[in-house]
Amino acid sequence: MSADIKQSKSLLQNAFIRIINEKISLIALIIVAIYFLVAILTAANILASDWGKEVGASYMAPSSVSYFGTDIFGRSVLQKTIKATETAVVIGVVVSAISIVIGTTLGMIAGYFGGFVDEIVVWFYTTFSSIPGVMLLVAIAFILGKGTTTVFLSLGLTSWVGLCRIVRAEVMKHKEREYIHAANAIGATHGRKLWKHILPNISHLLIINFTQTFDSAIKAEVVLSFLGLGVVGRPSWGTMIDDSKLELARGVWWQLAAATLAMFLIVLAFNILGDALRDALDPKLKGK
Amino acid sequence: MNLYSYIFRRLLYIIPVLLGVCLVIFVLFNLVAPDPAYTLLGKHATLKQIADLHHELGTDKPYLFQYLDTVKTAFTFNFGYSWTSKQNIWEMIKAGAGPSLAITGPLFVLSNIFAISLALLVAFYRGKLIDKVVLILSIAGMSIPSLAVVLFGQWFFAFKLGLFEISGYENGFPNFIPYVILPILLYVVISFGGDTRFYRTVILDEAYQDYVRTARSKGLSELRVMFKHVLKNSMIPILTQIIIQIPGLILGLLFAESFFSIPGLGAMTINAINNSDFPVIKAMTIMSAVGFIVFNVITDVLYTVVDPRMKLK
Repeated sequence: MSADIKQSKSLLQNAFIRIINEKISLIALIIVAIYFLVAILTAANILASDWGKEVGASYMAPSSVSYFGTDIFGRSVLQKTIKATETAVVIGVVVSAISIVIGTTLGMIAGYFGGFVDEIVVWFYTTFSSIPGVMLLVAIAFILGKGTTTVFLSLGLTSWVGLCRIVRAEVMKHKEREYIHAANAIGATHGRKLWKHILPNISHLLIINFTQTFDSAIKAEVVLSFLGLGVVGRPSWGTMIDDSKLELARGVWWQLAAATLAMFLIVLAFNILGDALRDALDPKLKGK
Repeated sequence: MNLYSYIFRRLLYIIPVLLGVCLVIFVLFNLVAPDPAYTLLGKHATLKQIADLHHELGTDKPYLFQYLDTVKTAFTFNFGYSWTSKQNIWEMIKAGAGPSLAITGPLFVLSNIFAISLALLVAFYRGKLIDKVVLILSIAGMSIPSLAVVLFGQWFFAFKLGLFEISGYENGFPNFIPYVILPILLYVVISFGGDTRFYRTVILDEAYQDYVRTARSKGLSELRVMFKHVLKNSMIPILTQIIIQIPGLILGLLFAESFFSIPGLGAMTINAINNSDFPVIKAMTIMSAVGFIVFNVITDVLYTVVDPRMKLK
C-alpha cells in the first residue's frame, strides 16, 4: 500500500473528463473539433482550395454535381461554406484573443491595485458599456472602413467589458488570500504575484469567456456583413447570408441554407460546450 | 447613508460617464475617422473649399473645443444636419421614432410576457421533460443567426404564402398594423431563446434558497410557493432586465426595418452607414448612450427602493 498514491488531477483535467463523460457535451466537443480541423485544412489549402472556381452555371440548384448548388458566379456553395469555416474560426479566435487580453489586463490591474487605478478602469468600462453594443460596433466598423482588420478590431473592442468586470471582482477576492500573503512574505513583485499566482487561479474564467466571445463574434460578423462592413476577398457565412437577400425572391435558397446550417451547428456546439465548461470549472455558477 | 443622498450620488455619477462617452465618440469620429472633406467634396476640391468646409463643420478648431462641442450635443441634442438629406437630424429622429416604436413597443411587451410565462412554467416543472425541451429549444434558438430568420421569414410567410405584407408602412394607428405583424413575430422568435433562458435561470436561482424550503415545509402548495415566494423575489432581476431594454426600443431594429421598408430609426442608421453620413451615426450613438445611461441609473435607484437588503454603497 505504499506506491498507491495517485497523482491528483488538475481542474482542467477534471473538467475535460466531465465533458467527455457527458454524451451531449462530448458531441459538442467533437463538432467544435471538426470545425477547427476543417479550418486548419482549408488554411493549409488542402480543403476547398479551389472555392473560387466555376463548377457550373449560375444559380444551379443542388444536385449530385454540387450538393449545395452554385452561387451567382457558378461557384460551388459547398466549397464556399467550407472555406468560410476558416474565416469564422479565425474571427472567433482573434476576436476572443483581443477581448481576453484587454479584459484580463484591465480587470487584473483594477482588482489588484484598487484605489484610484480601480476607479479609472471602472469608469472606463462603464463608459464603454454605456454605448449600446450594436451602435458602438457600427460606429467603430464604419470609421475603420471595410476589411478584415475592421472586423477583428470592432468586435474585439466591443466584447471585453463582461470579462473585465468578472476578472476584477475575482482578483479582488484573491489578493486577500493566504497564498498571496505568502508570496508577499517571500518578496514577490506585483508582476509575479499577478502573473504567476493570481492568473492561473482565475484562468477558468478566461476559458469560459472564450466560448462566449467566440459565439458572439461569429454571430456579429453577420451583422457587419449585412452593413457592408464585413470581410472582403474571401467567403464568410455572413456575406453568404447577406447575399441571399437578393436571391430568395428568385427561389435560390441553398446559399442561405448552407451558411445558416454551418453557423448554427458550431454556435450551438459552442453554446453547449460553454455551459458544460462552466459547470465543470466554476461550480458556483452552476446552471446560470 | 440614506436613500436620498445615495440617489443624488448615483445621479452625479452620470456626469463622468457621459463625459467619457463623449470622449469615446470624439476620439472615434474626430480623431480616427478620415477627413470628412474628401467624402463631402470629392477628390477635386480646392484648398479653399476644404478650409471653408472645415470651418463650417468646426473641425478646424483645437481638439479641446471639438470635444466640448461633442459634449454640448449630448445635452442639447442639437445634432446639426445630415450630409445626405440636409435635414435637421433631430427632426429626422423624431420622424423615425414613431415607426420604430410601432414595432419595438409591441415586441417588447409580447416577447417579455412570452418568455417570462414560459420561464415560470419550466421552472415549475424543473428537471422534467418539458423543462429539458424548452431549454434545448432556447439554446437552439440562440444559435440561429437573426438575419437568417428575418430573411427566411419574410420570404416564406410574406412572399411565398402571402400571409403578410412583404414591405411598406403607413402612418397612423390602425393603418400600420398589417405591416408590423410579421417583423414583430419574427423578432419574438429571435429573442425567445435568450430571454427564456435568462428568466429561467433567475427564477431557478431563487427556487433553491432556504426560504423556499421553509415555505414548502410549512405545507404550502407548490403553486403558492412559486408565485407568492419565488416569483416575488426574482422580480428584481426580472424588472432590471425589462427596464434596461427600454432605451433600446428607440433604436429600432436594424435588420427588420430595412427589409420591411419601415421608415424607422434602424433603417435611418443603415442608410447613414451606406451613405457615409457621419453626423447621423454620431447622433444615434450619442442618443442611445444617453438613453442607456439614464435608464441604468433609474434601474439602480429602483433596485434600492424595491429591495431593502441592498446595501447603499
